[in-house]
Amino acid sequence: MADTYEMTFNVGSRDFSSAGDASRTIKRTLKQLGVDSSIIRRIAIASYEAEMNIAIHSLGGKIDLLIDGDRIFVETEDYGPGIENVDLAMTEGWSTAGHEIREMGFGAGMGLPNMKKCADEFYIESEVPTGTKIKMIFNI
Amino acid sequence: MILKDLASLEGLKLLNEDIDLNKEIESVYIGDLLSWVMAHAGKGSAWITVQTHMNIIAVAVLLEMSCIILPENIKAEENTLARASEEGIAVFTTPLDAYKIACEFKERL
Repeated sequence: MADTYEMTFNVGSRDFSSAGDASRTIKRTLKQLGVDSSIIRRIAIASYEAEMNIAIHSLGGKIDLLIDGDRIFVETEDYGPGIENVDLAMTEGWSTAGHEIREMGFGAGMGLPNMKKCADEFYIESEVPTGTKIKMIFNI
Repeated sequence: MILKDLASLEGLKLLNEDIDLNKEIESVYIGDLLSWVMAHAGKGSAWITVQTHMNIIAVAVLLEMSCIILPENIKAEENTLARASEEGIAVFTTPLDAYKIACEFKERL
């Protein structure tokens, strides 16, 4: 496997027609690089949740994939509006998603907890109204 | 069992084209909350859901599901079916409800 590998994906706000594309590309790339399938599954779930969170809740943002030796980093950054109470947002079942989003099957309040469960290390920082940054590390 | 074996399921219709029907079905998962499905459904699942928008295809691809089955004659949106064909995910519909589809699988899996 290459020692370092880096990709960036832009995610549009409310862009549901292409939401999921970044995660699919990440998954495909890791498969081509020969990463273990159980690790790929965890990264695919976590990056999909991150991607959907940006599409649903933010004003847009980006996802960076970085493979560095024996660790894979998935980092996201959005352009606001930020999360008022991060502890609450990390609680399973808690969501600010509206009716229309819930009807599509999103807004279960499991996105952030799912990401944390999937990643070996999970860091989140958020500021209102600047935005939210998430860093997830996966050991290969 | 493989996708082809689903042909005997009551009123089953394949809604999209260019699908390899030799794909293996390993299990069945029923759910409509995408995050919940992402966290719990297994590889090779036949996924029964009432959701029809494009994101169900992303979920199915990421989890390497075998197919999506829409119960009670639900039809998927055109762009969902186009994306499903691009990704090689079969989308079926049947008049049966989710419970009856699961019962049918119990006989076959």
